Amino acid sequence: MLRSMLSATALAVAAVPAHAQTTEQYRQLQQRVERLEGQTKARGQGVFNPDISVILQGTAARIKQDPETYEITGFAPSGGEVGPPRRGFSLSESELVLSGNVDPYFGAKLVAALTPEDEIEVEEAFFTTLALGRGLTLKGGRFLSGIGYQNEIHQHAWDFQDAPLAYNAFLGGRLNDDGVQGRWVAPTDFLLELGAEAGRGRTFPATDPNKNGAGAWSLFGHVGGDLAGAAWRAGLSYLRVKPSERAFEDADSLGAAATQSFTGESKLWIADFVVKWRDLKLQGEYFRRRESGDLSFDDSGGSAVFGALTDSYTSTQSGWYAQAVYRFLPQWRAGYRYDRLDHGDVSNGIVDNGLGPTAADFPLLMTDHNPTRNTLMVDWSPTEFSRVRLQFAQDKSRAGVTDDQLVLQYILSLGAHGAHSF
Amino acid sequence: MAAALPALAALNIFACEPEWGALARELGGDKVTIYTAATALQDVHRIEARPSLIARARNADLMVCTGAELEVGWLPLLQSQSGNASIRPGQPGYFEASDFVELIEKPARLDRSLGDIHAAGNPHVHLDPRNVAEIAAGLGERMAKIDPKEAAHYRQRTKDFLDRWQQAVARWQKEAAPLKGLPLVVHHRNLAYLVAWLGMREVGALEPKPGLPPSTASLTELLARLKQTPAKAVVRAAYEDPRPSEWLAQRARIPAVMLPYTVGGTDKAKDLFSLYDDTLARLLAIAR
Repeated sequence: MLRSMLSATALAVAAVPAHAQTTEQYRQLQQRVERLEGQTKARGQGVFNPDISVILQGTAARIKQDPETYEITGFAPSGGEVGPPRRGFSLSESELVLSGNVDPYFGAKLVAALTPEDEIEVEEAFFTTLALGRGLTLKGGRFLSGIGYQNEIHQHAWDFQDAPLAYNAFLGGRLNDDGVQGRWVAPTDFLLELGAEAGRGRTFPATDPNKNGAGAWSLFGHVGGDLAGAAWRAGLSYLRVKPSERAFEDADSLGAAATQSFTGESKLWIADFVVKWRDLKLQGEYFRRRESGDLSFDDSGGSAVFGALTDSYTSTQSGWYAQAVYRFLPQWRAGYRYDRLDHGDVSNGIVDNGLGPTAADFPLLMTDHNPTRNTLMVDWSPTEFSRVRLQFAQDKSRAGVTDDQLVLQYILSLGAHGAHSF
Repeated sequence: MAAALPALAALNIFACEPEWGALARELGGDKVTIYTAATALQDVHRIEARPSLIARARNADLMVCTGAELEVGWLPLLQSQSGNASIRPGQPGYFEASDFVELIEKPARLDRSLGDIHAAGNPHVHLDPRNVAEIAAGLGERMAKIDPKEAAHYRQRTKDFLDRWQQAVARWQKEAAPLKGLPLVVHHRNLAYLVAWLGMREVGALEPKPGLPPSTASLTELLARLKQTPAKAVVRAAYEDPRPSEWLAQRARIPAVMLPYTVGGTDKAKDLFSLYDDTLARLLAIAR
């Protein structure tokens, strides 16, 4: 119908000025329309396959301190893979991404990570609604949470090889839970977006509770727009979980093993901003976490001096990073990032109420250390599909120790053209 | 969708590129409000799905884009993140100009070692005015479908536009006669439809492969080739880096010419008509 109208219009245009040519032009137009229709049919074949892409990554690293001994002193270990890469050559996770529309109502995406240890991990597997409209989208399954700015960005699209220290300390690298998410974009000329998530609490700071209902709740809001040629976005996020017996091994003052575990409530606030102006990108996030509940100490597996003790525990800790990345040539970028964590206020009832152990028996939690890190990187991206990056970091995550980390990294993407979020 | 609109609201159009914003203005007149995502000074391959675009896509009744993978790096995000169901691919609220014309330069081989090639063919369709006529007919009809109470208005304006356009095309073709066979070096293959329409000859491109920035090595090689097949000028779009053109122009002793490429690319290219007027004037200055 449209085609026939179109060819009639095209005819009308093409039929100027001489009438004598009309028959010949009409014949040509008919042929053209037939070709176009053939083209439409051909396009319909094979499109039921999902879009497929594969991300390959690897590093060659020179790390001064043994990566096995990595810790962020003054902060409870987050259990994620947060240390520097292995020394020497190593393959990073290879990602397999499948995505497409299921039907008129749902879209779906699977991101599987093939680890260098020959395991397959489901990084993301979720559906999104397509037809709700009115600015509403629902998502369900396993997905990267919408809190913060960098959390939702896939690792291969980060501007540095590793995550900011604040993400490592407070989220184990990132929040990647099983659950549901609702987002709403307001009908305004600038961006106003609100979102909420309910999740299982599968990873740090939660402890994968065995219970009905949600173990993690989060809320986030974003505002953004254009200002004097720059595009910007700012956000505020909140995450609440109730960890139960979140345990880790530490060494007491004699160097013997002691288990500590936390049970209580953990609330995290994140404020974030990102500004892009021409070839410059500025980004920063501030994290503030308050945990309150009970801390248990048990050295019966080590020196067995105190046995098992439990008392109250509260901590208010924070951290932030700021980074700038500048594209100085079409294919080249350079960047600098500053990371800092604040040990803040930690009150430990076992120590304060004189149950026996002193602060020296809690070196990880009670050492008043404010970790910092300076990172420089330069990367070369000959096309959108490949990137080679050299990164140097001076990392003071450990108290009293400076780690120099030099990493050469490649990131290649095969297959469907990905679109990267702002 | 249209029925849900308040009675007096104008049709909200989100145009990906300035040429489609200008066309929607011609066909919609005062019954539409138009937001254009890219300016003539931006490379449309490299637009980002920035917050302001998500907000504008949220409120759009009709999205008018080129398609053929030109906006693949950002448009899908606007469609998914805006929560606007009516502008998704396949919906009447999403109009792809490339659906209405025959694309040229369809790659025989789909292999990224050949550069950033578009599987569907060359997407830069708006610089052949015969394409613009077909797209206008399709767009006018789409606007009538989405906003049926103003259908007569859109159809009338489309007819008026096509009448004026057809006269202009006849005039341009007459004026452009001296351009036939004019050998040119282009920056990116975004002028292919213009070159084909006017029967000019593209004898080289500054980009060694589509999407790859020119390097000294590739320019030197191109310069050597121009000794065998000389060009009359090196042309580029307003948004493209002038330095590679100037490098080559100086050494090959030919003029480097900037073309508006789309509406807003030069002060004179204020709408689709003046875009073609200015483009032809700049090309004719070379042929003289």
